[in-house]
Amino acid sequence: MKKRLIFSLLTAAGMVLAAPVSAERYVIDTQNAHAFVQFKIAHLGYSWVLGRFNQFEGSFDYDENNPSASTVSVTVNPASVDSNHAERDKHLRSQDFLKVDEFAQATFTSTSYAVTGDNTGLLKGDLTLRGVTRPISIDVTQIGAGKDPWGGFRRGFEGTTRLALADFGIPMDLGPAAREVELFLTVEGIRQ
Amino acid sequence: MRLGNTRQTYGAISIALHWLVALLVLGLFPLGLYMTSLDYYHPWYQAAPHLHRGLGITLLLLLSLRLCWRFISPPPRPLDGGSRLLRRLAGLVHGGLYLLLLAIAVSGYLISTADGRGIEVFGWFTVPALLPAFKDMEDAAGDVHFVLAVSLIGLVALHALAALKHHFIDRDPTLMRMLGKPRRVTGRATGAITESETFFTKETS
Repeated sequence: MKKRLIFSLLTAAGMVLAAPVSAERYVIDTQNAHAFVQFKIAHLGYSWVLGRFNQFEGSFDYDENNPSASTVSVTVNPASVDSNHAERDKHLRSQDFLKVDEFAQATFTSTSYAVTGDNTGLLKGDLTLRGVTRPISIDVTQIGAGKDPWGGFRRGFEGTTRLALADFGIPMDLGPAAREVELFLTVEGIRQ
Repeated sequence: MRLGNTRQTYGAISIALHWLVALLVLGLFPLGLYMTSLDYYHPWYQAAPHLHRGLGITLLLLLSLRLCWRFISPPPRPLDGGSRLLRRLAGLVHGGLYLLLLAIAVSGYLISTADGRGIEVFGWFTVPALLPAFKDMEDAAGDVHFVLAVSLIGLVALHALAALKHHFIDRDPTLMRMLGKPRRVTGRATGAITESETFFTKETS
């Protein structure tokens, strides 16, 4: 009887331990391009130049019951910069900007996520760009989540942040109106 | 001066094409270095690349004309004198100059047309992007363009030094005939000079 009790307790404990952690892993859907890393920077202060990074990958962990435990990590290939102008892209890849020969990877790893509203939060993390690692904050909004028509489950976010070019050692001076670049990020994660 | 080349002399067309190409090469190389070094707010930031592209296409056109003209009116034979090896070397350098010029012009064209945009030549006409681009073509073409341009300047220096050697050391009319001048009469009594003297008399009489 006593043995049986111990066995049951152990089994129960085992079940609890073996239960899946409630945070779920999502892989960002870059395969079918339901994710974008875009930038926007002033041209002379009179208009905008838009561009994006075409190659990146990443994943995030999200727990609906405990969103503040969420984590994100993304790796971007800076050489995939695309501003719809070959000569400019060549310049952006050069040492004046991203120096992609030497710094072939940009990474973002989150350090904390604070819920600020029903679907909003502030994601903090370390961005490594052009060999410089600095903490940044991204304003995040959850766009939606649910089953997709093909048997999977997806969850999507968008986020914005601003970076000063000089903070990451980008030497090119584009003028007083263009010291900072805005990033717009949108990711759709497929639950694993 | 006649337009076409003879067995001994360059005609006006070959001479003009040669010096126009030389001028463009000597202008385009420093212009290329200059334009890539400019600050974003420099007044020439837009104009210098525009000029470089336009002059580059002009160079490509002149080069095509030159190559065609070589077949229509072949250049004069190299002058006697100098070893076979030297004459061979000179031929190789001339061929190399043509090849490099062509490759540099084409690689420059490929940088600017890598996104399907054409190249505007001084607002006169636009050369369309004709070749399908491959990934990061502007970078590959840019590297090629730079390395070949530096090589070309090296070869041009060799070419110019050789011309000066002909003029000052060999004292033959190689350089003068590319300047369209009747052959210089020098102190050396050789068959070539006698020939040049008769040529000179013919021209002035």
